[in-house]
Amino acid sequence: MMSSSNQKRAEYRTLFKQNVKGRLVVDKIVMGVVFGCVVVALVPLGSILLEVFKNGISALSIEFLTQTPGAIGSGEGGIGPAIQGSLIIIGMSSLIGVPIGIMSGIFLAEFGDNRLGRTIRFFNDVFMEFPSIILGIFAFLTIVLILGHFTLWAGAFALSLIMFPIVARTTEESLKLVPLTYREAGLALGLKKWVVTFRIVISAAKSGMLTGILLAVARIGGETAPLIMTVLGSSQFFSGFDAPMDALPLRIWRLSLLPYDSAQMQGWGAAVVLIVMILAINIGVRYYFSTKGKRSGLVSKIIGGKRK
Amino acid sequence: MLKDQKRTRTSRIPSDKIFKIAATVGGVYVLLIIGIMVFYLYAESHEIWEHEGLDFLIGSEWNAVEGREVFGAAPYVLGTLVTASLAMAMGVPLSIGIAMFISQAPKKISTPLSLLVDLLAAVPSIIYGFWGLYVFREYLINWIEMPLHNTFGESVWIFSSAPFGLDIFSASIILAIMIIPTISAVSREIMVAVPHQQKEAAYMLGATKWEMFKLSIFPYAKTGLIGAAILGLGRAVGETMAVTMLIGNATGPSAFPQTLFQPGQTMSSIIANEFIEASPASLHLPALIGIGLILLLVAICINIVAHLLVSRMLKVKEGVVNA
Repeated sequence: MMSSSNQKRAEYRTLFKQNVKGRLVVDKIVMGVVFGCVVVALVPLGSILLEVFKNGISALSIEFLTQTPGAIGSGEGGIGPAIQGSLIIIGMSSLIGVPIGIMSGIFLAEFGDNRLGRTIRFFNDVFMEFPSIILGIFAFLTIVLILGHFTLWAGAFALSLIMFPIVARTTEESLKLVPLTYREAGLALGLKKWVVTFRIVISAAKSGMLTGILLAVARIGGETAPLIMTVLGSSQFFSGFDAPMDALPLRIWRLSLLPYDSAQMQGWGAAVVLIVMILAINIGVRYYFSTKGKRSGLVSKIIGGKRK
Repeated sequence: MLKDQKRTRTSRIPSDKIFKIAATVGGVYVLLIIGIMVFYLYAESHEIWEHEGLDFLIGSEWNAVEGREVFGAAPYVLGTLVTASLAMAMGVPLSIGIAMFISQAPKKISTPLSLLVDLLAAVPSIIYGFWGLYVFREYLINWIEMPLHNTFGESVWIFSSAPFGLDIFSASIILAIMIIPTISAVSREIMVAVPHQQKEAAYMLGATKWEMFKLSIFPYAKTGLIGAAILGLGRAVGETMAVTMLIGNATGPSAFPQTLFQPGQTMSSIIANEFIEASPASLHLPALIGIGLILLLVAICINIVAHLLVSRMLKVKEGVVNA
């Protein structure tokens, strides 16, 4: 009796081992493959950062950062106008995109609990994924073609179209995090809805909104395609809103089209300036929010480019 | 006293009304822009639809010389389809793998890893292009394209043309890298949204991690994962700069994708390349805008489908949490 149950137990044990062994091996292999995927994805990131910094740092100098580009192929001059242009265009598009984005976010959070709100939220998300070059064509048709010349405003308008949906969604998410009791307290004091929204709700949601704006700035800072047909590029410093202007991504593109080694070096120099600017905003915002331990989920969603 | 009360009462209503109207205008702005955009692109490109008709979609000749103007967008539409599908074929399995790893790894590992993968999305497209042009291309020619060409060049037609590094294959690989953060971020979110009971039930039956994924996560998250992949497709279709710099920019019938190692052209890259040189007076500009319209409609359709699938999936999660 005893021995037969022991026998059975041993039999089951070997069966179990045979079964489990194979399954565990498959599991190990799959987990290895999955880890391999992560490594494969991170190799390009590492390589990009390494190459950009390695090649870019040697191209940097005070003259490179402040001077206008020299004669084509000479390898002289710098990217002063490109840096200036990028900053001006980012400022101008923020001027257009941020107020619209904030108002849209307020609408979605405060008045958006209906059919119109849901439609707008949906199309806001869809619009966020539009090819940026189409936005450039649109700005070209509506501004450049009608005015008859390239203008900074066209570029700023195109970039503001990329910016405002991002700002709108982050504003909405941050406003929704503010407890309803804050609003009720304000309304109970007899304040008007807009006073409550601007003075109480927004001041409580400020940091989340700021995150959204900064990430939108980082996003448009690297956009090239819509600028090709709106601000065109130039090698001169700012000379009025109605003239073509340079921007960092545009300069990198123009340099990449030139067959000279010196142009390639300058391209790496411009790339390092651009990437430092963009990664500084991204990492800074993440670091700030991960140390605060709040809304980091929101941040990662925005940086991933997707929201639910 | 009475006057005072009256004033506040009358002033309260308008200022809040104005506020609500302003907010609504801000909200409706996006709908207006989409509407005007589709209309404008059609209005500015209708010449080409009238001139070429259906040939614009199926023709392959592309000549902007005055007097011999003929425009067919088929090679570029196909180029976009081919590069985007190749990118999906490479990028989707990788991204799902990444999402699997990150969603089941301990927090200490998964947080920094997902931050790093997300940084991949923060790198501007122009930097991908520049890196692809001067760094990646060399490796690609020497390590992948040449061996493939040498071994299979004679037997398999897609490897038959001599690799130069500026071709459909290299553009697709760059695209695959660029869509990884998009797909993996959404897939991760969707895998995390699968209710715990599902996972626990699988573990309780003695499943290993992989079997748990097979039994409970994949069947449950299927729709959402497809949505995530389609979102990546949307990004791949619209991506411009990196592709423009790497695809080799062929025009006309030679841009028809025939082999992997031949220069091609996508809808977005031909717009980026030729838009500035096109004269508004000729048919060249309407032709490019017409391509833009096709691209826009494709992108709208892809993104609407993707968002419907993803949001349906994430709504399920909310329902479970609330219940």
